[in-house]
Amino acid sequence: MNSLRLRAAIVSVVLFAAFIGVWHLATRSTGPATNMSPEYAKLMGLTVTQGKSAMPGPLDVAAKLWEHLKRPFYDNGPNDKGLGIQLGYSIGRVGLGYLIAVLVAIPLGFLIGMSPLISRALDPFIQVLKPISPLAWMPLALYTIKDSSISAIFVIFICSVWPMLLNTAFGVASVRKEWINVARTLEVGTIRRAFTVILPAAAPTILTGMRISIGIAWLVIVAAEMLVGGTGIGYFVWNEWNNLSITNVIIAILMIGIVGMLLDQILARFTRMVTFPE
Amino acid sequence: MTDKFISIAGIARRYPGAGGDTTTVFENLWLSMARGEFGCVIGHSGCGKTTVLNILAGLDEPSEGTVIVDGQAIEGTSLDRAVIFQSHALVPWRTVLGNVAYAVSSKWRKWDRAKVKAHAQKFIDLVGLAGSEHKRPSELSGGMKQRVGIARALSITPKIMLMDEPFSALDALTRGTLQDEVRRICLETGQTAFMITHDVDEAIYLADKIFLMTNGPGAVLAEIVENPLPKDRGRIDLHRHPYYYALRNHIIDFLVTRSKSFTADVTNHDRRNVPTVRPGLIEPTIISPPRAIETSPVQTIAR
Repeated sequence: MNSLRLRAAIVSVVLFAAFIGVWHLATRSTGPATNMSPEYAKLMGLTVTQGKSAMPGPLDVAAKLWEHLKRPFYDNGPNDKGLGIQLGYSIGRVGLGYLIAVLVAIPLGFLIGMSPLISRALDPFIQVLKPISPLAWMPLALYTIKDSSISAIFVIFICSVWPMLLNTAFGVASVRKEWINVARTLEVGTIRRAFTVILPAAAPTILTGMRISIGIAWLVIVAAEMLVGGTGIGYFVWNEWNNLSITNVIIAILMIGIVGMLLDQILARFTRMVTFPE
Repeated sequence: MTDKFISIAGIARRYPGAGGDTTTVFENLWLSMARGEFGCVIGHSGCGKTTVLNILAGLDEPSEGTVIVDGQAIEGTSLDRAVIFQSHALVPWRTVLGNVAYAVSSKWRKWDRAKVKAHAQKFIDLVGLAGSEHKRPSELSGGMKQRVGIARALSITPKIMLMDEPFSALDALTRGTLQDEVRRICLETGQTAFMITHDVDEAIYLADKIFLMTNGPGAVLAEIVENPLPKDRGRIDLHRHPYYYALRNHIIDFLVTRSKSFTADVTNHDRRNVPTVRPGLIEPTIISPPRAIETSPVQTIAR
């Protein structure tokens, strides 16, 4: 088992090195391309004079990344903020929208899971609302809320509410009948039963829904911030695209991936904490 | 029988079937038990044994009739009637102690933590699980899990213990030890118990009264068999008792043949006063007496 892990790690490192190598070779300078006056060459830059690709190489990205990591929280006005600040804004929006979604989805999911009447009554609404792209809500949110930042939070809320709602309802509805019967024979009241039997029994399913939701929320925040602008990692990507700084775009992509992975791992850990083998 | 501690009075259970008609699992079922008695129900699958037990527990409701326990008609579930489930039904997120303590704190809501824990521990010790109280159900064997189920049921000191094939999922050895434990506890505490089983020997060992049910749908309680074996019977020499085989054959005969044809054969069956039988020494046998063998021509040629 341990050796499998080691071998997998070696393969990972080799693949990574190969990728970086190919990337480096594909974007490196190929020497002076044309003869031109030094004055003109200075104006044209390396792309023309050295045959260097417009795509930054891994070393360019690494150097720029190091620069960002050294000062992640600088703030030089609206269009020039540190990567840490931009990510902080995005995580803050996702956190807030997600928290509101948790507060709505879990109690409502409980209700749907416990009451067949509510379940059937709400089903058509859920079926229609669920497939709507969260960004389609954006104009409506902007018009009604009249605040771009809160609109982004609303979009996060609306996209992360469905997986949590459906998973909670499913988890609550499929609690083992025997456990419910144990609580019934012990004359446990509805509220106490919900907290001591149904919640722990449904917790793994609920947490799975929450894990799916955080993934979707993190996907959507980038797109939402590109639309609303101002701050956040999504805005940063778009701004750097407008600056034609592909290096920064690549760094942002990398950061989005790492933060997304961390968020997922946190939820995965919570899921493990509430899952017990039978 | 003057003391009717449990009295099932004319209950029926019907389920709506396909196409609007109803399926009657059983109807007009009468059954009573005295305080401190151990009753076992035997019958084939589908005769409604589990439904009777669930109605007694309050988990199911009869379509007709009532159940009276200790002079009161039952309404829903009650802490007076504890259930030991076939699949133990322990919650996996609580430890052994947690599972038992949950029942204890449900019965005595005002008790503080220490008192609940001490009470739960007493019953964990009683079923022989001292030392395992901090394990989770997944760390226990099937027999140990069922012991926790028994401890949980006993810990609320119920008037009746209801058991739905509690040992059927266990291996023979574990089943034997647990039967001993249950019998010891019931005798010591004077516990009234009602159990469903498929195992004839289990019924003979544990029960004072064995209720024989015919095949469903439309099952009826055919006979009440009073156990003729002495109260201080042991599992090891049970089969040496002179009445043992008479009793066993009687039950097996019923299960093999009479359970199928009973409703057709016995037309004047009074469901309210079900006949009580007490199988004794003399029991009709299908094996012919020895003299017939000697005169048999086949036997003669063989010699």
